[in-house]
Amino acid sequence: MAGGKVNDGPRILVFSTDKISDPAIDMAGLLKLHYPPTVYTISIPCSSAVKPRWILHALEQGFDGVFIAADGTDCPYGESCTEKTGQVVSTTMQMMKDKGMDPARLKMAAICSVCSEPFVNHVKSFSEYLRKSSNS
Amino acid sequence: MKKKIGVYICHCGGNISDYVDVEKVREAVKNEEGVFLAKTTMFACADSNQKEMVEDIRKEALDGVVVASCSPKLHLLTFRGVVERAGMNKYNYVHANIREQVSWAHSDNKPGATEKAIQVVKAAIAKVRHAEALEPIKVKSTKAVAVIGAGVAGMRAAIELAEAGAEVYLIEREYFVGGRTAQWDDLCITEETGKELVTRLYDEVMKHKHVTLFTGAELVDYSGSVGNFNLKVKVTPRYFKLQCSSDELQKAIEVCPVEVPDEFNFNITTRKAIYHNYPSEYPQLPAIDMKNCTRCGECEKVCSSVDFSQKTEMLNLKVGSILLATGFDPYEPKKGEFGYGEIDNVVTFPQFKRIVHYCDDKLMYKGKEIKHIAYIYCVGSRQVDGENKYCSRYCCTANIHTAITVKKKYKNIYNYHFNRGIRTYGKAEVWYDESSRLGDIYLQSFEDHPPVVEKRGDQTFVKIRDILTTDKELEVAADLVVLVTGMVPRADNSIGNLLKVPKGRDKFFNEIHMKLRPVETVIDGVTIAGASQGPKNIMESMNSALAAATKSFSLVDSGELALEPTVARVNEEACEWCGKCEEACPYSAFEKVEKNGKTIAKVNAAVCKGCGMCLPVCPENALDLIGLSDEDVESMIDALIPNA
Ligand SMILES: Cc1cc2nc3c(=O)[nH]c(=O)nc-3n(C[C@H](O)[C@H](O)[C@H](O)COP(=O)(O)OP(=O)(O)OC[C@H]3O[C@@H](n4cnc5c(N)ncnc54)[C@H](O)[C@@H]3O)c2cc1C
Ligand code: SF4
Ligand code: SF4
Repeated sequence: MAGGKVNDGPRILVFSTDKISDPAIDMAGLLKLHYPPTVYTISIPCSSAVKPRWILHALEQGFDGVFIAADGTDCPYGESCTEKTGQVVSTTMQMMKDKGMDPARLKMAAICSVCSEPFVNHVKSFSEYLRKSSNS
Repeated sequence: MKKKIGVYICHCGGNISDYVDVEKVREAVKNEEGVFLAKTTMFACADSNQKEMVEDIRKEALDGVVVASCSPKLHLLTFRGVVERAGMNKYNYVHANIREQVSWAHSDNKPGATEKAIQVVKAAIAKVRHAEALEPIKVKSTKAVAVIGAGVAGMRAAIELAEAGAEVYLIEREYFVGGRTAQWDDLCITEETGKELVTRLYDEVMKHKHVTLFTGAELVDYSGSVGNFNLKVKVTPRYFKLQCSSDELQKAIEVCPVEVPDEFNFNITTRKAIYHNYPSEYPQLPAIDMKNCTRCGECEKVCSSVDFSQKTEMLNLKVGSILLATGFDPYEPKKGEFGYGEIDNVVTFPQFKRIVHYCDDKLMYKGKEIKHIAYIYCVGSRQVDGENKYCSRYCCTANIHTAITVKKKYKNIYNYHFNRGIRTYGKAEVWYDESSRLGDIYLQSFEDHPPVVEKRGDQTFVKIRDILTTDKELEVAADLVVLVTGMVPRADNSIGNLLKVPKGRDKFFNEIHMKLRPVETVIDGVTIAGASQGPKNIMESMNSALAAATKSFSLVDSGELALEPTVARVNEEACEWCGKCEEACPYSAFEKVEKNGKTIAKVNAAVCKGCGMCLPVCPENALDLIGLSDEDVESMIDALIPNA
C-alpha cells in the first residue's frame, strides 16, 4: 500500500441512534450493501440530542459533511423528536451560514430500523454531492 | 484519564479479518495515549478469550477496556459482564463495531475497511479514556406481564409466567381464545386436534389464579418503559350475561336476521351477528358482533342472557414487561392467482381445512363430490416477483398431513401435489414418505415455471412442466384445486406501531438477533413469540413462547431493575434557570430547585430516560448526558479523523 490516506473520499460523520438507525446501518453491513468507507457513525440515544456544537466541531476538524439519521416518527422517545431534530438542523444551518459554510454540508433524513437501503442511498448521494462541491 | 487501557481486536473467524487487516489495526492503536496492551483474538466472545481478558484486567490492573468486534447489539452485554467479573466497573468498557459497520459494509474495499477500522477503534479508545465508573439506576419494577394474544403461543407463555410467579394479563382481541389453532382439526406433529390442544391450554390458563384473561380486548395506548409500563386496554363487551342456556341461545341465533360471512370458516359459510365459532369454544359464552348487529332486539326477546346494557370499558394496567404473541394471517391470493376468485373450485388451504371439517363420509364442495385434488404449493411464499421471499415452513408438512387424512377419511381420493421442492423438515419426512406410499403423485417445477390453472368447459385443469419427468408437460383434471397458502403478518398489526417494535424484511416483528437474542426487541421490555415473529408451526411457536416468557420474567422477577445510568446532568454553575429543558423533556424529568441561593434545574434520574432531547435546547450549554458529554463526543470526532 502506498503511503498517504487510503480513503480520500469526502468524510461523513453520521449521528445515528441506538434503537432505530443503528440496527438499519448494521443490517446494511449484514446485507453487504456497500457505501464509502469514509462514512463513520457515532451512536446517540435519539437524533434530537445532537448539539449544534458537535456538528460544527466535526466540520471544523475535517469532516466534509454531517448526516443525522433521524428517528422520525419511529422515535421510541415520542413524537416531538421529529420537530426537535428539525430544530437542531435549522439552528445549526444558520450557524453554518454565519460562519460562511455551505449549509448543505449538514443533511438529515429519517432512517427507520429497517431502512438499510435508504441509508446507503442517502450517504452515497451525500458523498457524491460533497465530492462535487469540493471540486467546484 | 485512563492510563492502562486494554484493547482486543477480534478476527470473528474470518468475518472481520478476511477484509480488515486486524494486525495492522493493532499496530496502529497500540501506542495510542493510555493504551497499555493491544491484542488480536480469533473469537473475542469465546470462553477462552473471556478468561484471558479477566486475567489481563486483574494481573495488569487495567483501568479501561475496548473490544473491537461485531455490533454492540450482540455482545456489549457479554463484554460488560467480562470486565465486571474481573472487578472493573462495567462503564469502563467501550465497544467498537468493526464487523457490521466496517468489514461487512466495506468488504469490497479491504484497505478502506482497514483504515476505517483503525479510526473506529481509536474513537473507542478516546471514549474509554475519560469513561467514568457509574452505578446503574435502580427502579422498582412491577412483577406483572401483559401477554398480547391468546393463541397457543400467548396461552403457553401466560401459563409459564404464572407458574414462575408473575401476575399475568392475557389480552385477546377476539371473543374466543386459541387463535388460528382453534380453526384446524387434525394437526401434524401431535395426535391432538386443534380444539383439544386449545381446550387443554385454556383449562391450564383458567386454573392459575395469577392469570387474568380479557377477551374482546385491545391495547390502545401505553406510557412508561421497561419495569413500569402503564397500559390502557379497551374491553368491548360480548353483550351476554355470564350464564346462558343453550336452548335459548340456539333460538336467539335462529331469530337473528343478520347473516355475515363467517371468518372462522374463511368465508365459505355464513354466521349470524350473534354467534360462537363452535359450541364448545372457550370461553363458552357467545358474543354479539356489534359491527354487524342492527339492534333489532329479536334475540333479546327469546334469550334472557342478552344484555345490551353492557358498556365498553377502559382498563389501566401496570406491568413490567409486554409479550407480543399476536400471530399471523394466512396469505390471501390475489384475484386470478392460480384461478382464485375466478374459477369456482379453487380454494385456499385454510378453507380446505374447514371443508374437510364439515364433510363426514363424502368430500363435497359446492354440491359436487371431490375425488381428484390438486394442491399447489408455495402460494404467497418464496415469491419471485412478490414481496414474500421467505418459506412459510408449516405448509408442506401441514398440507401433506391433511392430504393423508383426506385419503383415509373418504373413499377414492387421488392427491396430486404440484410443488417447488418439498420441505417437510425434521420428523415430518415420515408423512411425505407415507403419502408417497399411499400413491399420492408429486409433480415439481422451478419458480420460473409455475403450474397453470385453467377452466375448459366445466372441467378445471392444472398443467405443469414437471422437472421430475425431464420437463414433460403434464396435466391433471381436478375436482378441487387447493392453494397451499403461506403465512403473512396480521393485516392489523397496529400494535407493533403503537409499541414501536421494528419489523424485519419479511414484515413480521423482528428480534434483536436470531441466535443471540431471539425473543427480545430493540424496545426494552417488549418480547415477541409465536408466529407474530415469522412463520412457525405450533411446536416452534410454543418453544419461542417459553423463551419469551423466561425473558420477560427475568425483567420483572426481582421487583427491581437496573437501568442505564446514562441520564441527563445539569452543570449547576452554568445553569441560569430558563425552563427550556423542562419544556423540551417529554418525561417531565426536570424540576426547578433552589440551591445555594440560585434557581436551577434538577434532573430526576429515575424519570429521565436519557433521550437527550434537552441537550441542544439549553442556551447555557449546561446539560450533558452522562457518557455522552461534549468531551466524549468531541474526542471521538477528533479520533475519527486520520492523522489527527
Ligand atoms: C391451514 C393451516 C394449517 C396448519 N396446520 C398446522 C399443523 O397441523 N401443525 C402445526 O404445528 N401448525 C399448523 N399450522 C400453524 C399454526 O396455525 C401456527 O403455528 C399457530 O397458530 C401459531 O400460534 P400463535 O399463537 O403464534 O398465533 P395465532 O394462532 O395467530 O394466535 C394469535 C392470537 O393473537 C390474537 N391477536 C392478534 N392481534 C391482537 C391484538 N392486537 N391484541 C390482542 N390479541 C391479538 C389473535 O386474535 C389470536 O388469538 C397451520 C397453519 C395453517 C394456516
Ligand atoms: S413449507 Fe413448503 S409450501 Fe410452504 S413455503 Fe416452504 S416450501 Fe413452500
Ligand atoms: S435549559 Fe439549561 S439553563 Fe435552562 S434551566 Fe435547563 S439546564 Fe438551566
